[in-house]
Amino acid sequence: MEKRVTFKGWLLPLCLIAPQVIVSAIFFFYPAAQAVWQSLFIPDPFGLSMQWVGLGNFEYLLSDPYYRASFLTTGIFSILVTLVSMIPALFLAVVADRLIKGAGAYRTMLIWPYAVAPAIAGVLWLFMFNTRVGVVSWYLGNLGYDWNHVLNGNEAMGLVVVSSSWGRISYNFLFFFAALQSVPKSVIEAAAIDGARFWKRFWTIVLPLLSPTTFFLLVVNIVYAFFETFGVIHTITAGGPQQSTTILVYKVFSDGFVGQDLGSSAAQSVILLVVVGALTIFQFKFVERRVHY
Amino acid sequence: MATVELNNVKKRFGLVEVIHGVSTKIVDGEFIVIVGPSGCGKSTLLRMVAGLESVSEGEIGIDGKTVNDLEPMDRDIAMVFQNYALYPHMSVRENMGYGLKIAKTPKDEILQKVDAAAKLLQLEDYLERRPRDLSGGQRQRVAMGRAIVREPSVFLFDEPLSNLDAKLRVQMRLEIRDLQARLGITTLYVTHDQVEAMTMADRMIVMNAGRAEQIGTPLEVYETPQTLFAAQFIGSPSMNVFETTVADKTLSVGEAIIPANTKAQGPVTAGVRPEHIIADENGPLSITVQMGEPLGANTLLHGRLGGTSDAFTISLPGVHHAVAGEVIRFSINSKHLHFFDIKTGRRI
Repeated sequence: MEKRVTFKGWLLPLCLIAPQVIVSAIFFFYPAAQAVWQSLFIPDPFGLSMQWVGLGNFEYLLSDPYYRASFLTTGIFSILVTLVSMIPALFLAVVADRLIKGAGAYRTMLIWPYAVAPAIAGVLWLFMFNTRVGVVSWYLGNLGYDWNHVLNGNEAMGLVVVSSSWGRISYNFLFFFAALQSVPKSVIEAAAIDGARFWKRFWTIVLPLLSPTTFFLLVVNIVYAFFETFGVIHTITAGGPQQSTTILVYKVFSDGFVGQDLGSSAAQSVILLVVVGALTIFQFKFVERRVHY
Repeated sequence: MATVELNNVKKRFGLVEVIHGVSTKIVDGEFIVIVGPSGCGKSTLLRMVAGLESVSEGEIGIDGKTVNDLEPMDRDIAMVFQNYALYPHMSVRENMGYGLKIAKTPKDEILQKVDAAAKLLQLEDYLERRPRDLSGGQRQRVAMGRAIVREPSVFLFDEPLSNLDAKLRVQMRLEIRDLQARLGITTLYVTHDQVEAMTMADRMIVMNAGRAEQIGTPLEVYETPQTLFAAQFIGSPSMNVFETTVADKTLSVGEAIIPANTKAQGPVTAGVRPEHIIADENGPLSITVQMGEPLGANTLLHGRLGGTSDAFTISLPGVHHAVAGEVIRFSINSKHLHFFDIKTGRRI
């Protein structure tokens, strides 16, 4: 029996998909198309005239050492954010899953940070690590470590990674926790009878069964690190020091709206679009093949 | 290759006691079926033997050694779960060899043992498949294979056949019984199906509301049920019971008085199995038929016992065309009457 819903006319189905199509068209396809168009021009700083340069913007970008450095920075940043937000989340979920008493309270508290907006999370961490008034940097100073993320690029990177990941841990925790709860209890018990102790069970049974969730989170977190961390970086380091935390998205902003090089900025967003598209296709094609069941 | 002793085993969840002290001794190689309705604590009891639930009080011994505080893996047991509990991301071969791999058994030994078990269970052609590509019966076999491969001293089965269709269930019943007989491994088997219990058990533990009502061979339980519950739970269709009085070795049923060879006196609960009714035109008892169930080999007639309002079922051999309202007279051989204390339900 055909279970699919079949419509008689095409007016109703059209109305049903219209909201999605209109939103995508206005907020995604139109600006994307405009970015592609603009990337072929160099406007003057006052926006009064545009000069056709073809692929000139791209040529310039790809030979620009700062831009290539930004690629590397983005790679390091997104790998770190993904790891730092997923591994602790998985650990917390595993531990919370073992709890018998008070599991609900722990779960709720572990989810709280997700409710904090990225920019506010950024400010929060900035205050703690502020080189002059920050609590953590003061303690670090007492321990003999001179924390200064305004001068030290590695420390700046560490700080934006932690601030970006912090709220994300909650988000990932939620997914991992739900996935852990859906692992059949009897499978775990069977493994226990088969002689596997807790961590052995975790590596050989639980983790493989979590792989669909892990894969989903991997994609979502990389996309997050690429696009949604702007607020954190803007509040904490503004891309500095010496561009050490200027990820691609931040460079689109700073070149376009600070540097007023709109052509280059548009070209960068086109490259970003291609990179993320390729990354997602790669992930679905190759990583998913190794995802069990 | 092991005995199992339960010594006044109790289980409490918080303040609620769900198992009120079960004791028995299971000898080496015996096939014990724990049978009872859902919620009677039979699975909990099995899980306590497995080590998946803690023991609140009492002692569980395997092969003379108290195992209360041992982890499941240290009890030398293997368990087959109701939903099979196969590892979905592993092939059949990996599923069966998992326990051995954990125990760091040499690779070629694992290969050899898995192959032997697969041959025993006719799974040779499926070794490289994933559980999701197998039928219910095949998954069940894999679960058993996983248990066999480890050569445990005790097998535990938790309602292993309840997810299978009726025909496959009968077939698997025989297979499990045959396998256990060949391997000679002490087995505890939990089921809610009294037919499974009757056909498979060497001895059965009839459980109800956290108590062992009776422990004995299937025929002992069938012929001399020790409690009203055991009498009604074992046997299909279940035993007819009615409250009545016994006086001077006679039993009054409605208007009729029939001989009763019992030491019981006064008010009792009497019982007789439907299949022990003898149709007899001059019989002292009667039933007013309400509904018939023709089964082919025999016919079940449900109705009211003459002179009372008690529901009563009789089983007559062959096909019997009865209509509602028909009165059928019958008699009972007094040796087939069972008597139970009206308050405690214990056999008199």
